[in-house]
Amino acid sequence: MTIGLIHYLVVAAILFTMGVLGIFLNRKNLIVILMAIELILLAVNLNLVAFSAYLHDLVGQIFAMFVLTVAAGEAAIGLAILVIYFRGRGTIAVDDVNRMKG
Amino acid sequence: MIQAIAFYLFAIIVIGSGAMTISSRNPVHSVMWLILAFFNAAGLMVLVGAEFIAMLLVIVYVGAVAVLFLFVVMMLDIEVAQLRAGIARYAALGLALAAGLLIEIVIGIKAWSAGTLQVSRRLAPTDTAVPNIQAMGQLLYTRYLFVFEAAGFVLLVAMIGAIVLTHRQRGGVRGQNISRQNARRPEDATRNVQPPVGQGVQL
Repeated sequence: MTIGLIHYLVVAAILFTMGVLGIFLNRKNLIVILMAIELILLAVNLNLVAFSAYLHDLVGQIFAMFVLTVAAGEAAIGLAILVIYFRGRGTIAVDDVNRMKG
Repeated sequence: MIQAIAFYLFAIIVIGSGAMTISSRNPVHSVMWLILAFFNAAGLMVLVGAEFIAMLLVIVYVGAVAVLFLFVVMMLDIEVAQLRAGIARYAALGLALAAGLLIEIVIGIKAWSAGTLQVSRRLAPTDTAVPNIQAMGQLLYTRYLFVFEAAGFVLLVAMIGAIVLTHRQRGGVRGQNISRQNARRPEDATRNVQPPVGQGVQL
């Protein structure tokens, strides 16, 4: 049996769904929410690379690299915000974040 | 045959470790499962011949981002039990939403594979004679040079932003002040006194 594009798309779809589910399940834990976002971006990258390989077009992989760049920057900034938030409040629960507004 | 076995191995592990990432009780375990998921996703990418992105995934994610996550998890002193409270409240809504999303994506895939859409206009057709890394380099440094530079700026801004956000001046520490040390003269620092005989010096 041969592995086609559909197989990759299904794996990426399941991974993406799992990331969305992770955001809903871990309402008290901002770190796991950031990890779920990383999972979502991984699924997107998997999609881009799979399409790039099966359509014989290299631009998908170039774009996946830029997605990777933005994901790394997002993780750094998100964790920095998390650290100063924890320093001020002593908790990382998402439910308390609305107290940050004026 | 070996390709199918490898694909199913990587796919099952990446999905399983993704599930463990979002359902693990301990955030440290979550990071470990995330690392496993990234490793196996890199394996999936190697299978289709995208070696450069796969290695980038291992280096950037496992080497930098996952270690950053681990560092932050261990730096913050979090109560695990408190974090798990209220998980059942959102479970039904989250599961319904996730199932809806999955169904939508699968319908999209099925519709795409039915074959009415034509997506064959290629921007950069793959040359089989050139290795993947070389081909990507040729594209990145010619056609996508400015976008590449912009990606570098994104990383620079992220780095500066993270430093600015987390840096803090602590009061009450006695650091070395070199300019003050150099500006200090002997006549400011010492004092000549002539104490009377039999009495001490009032310092």
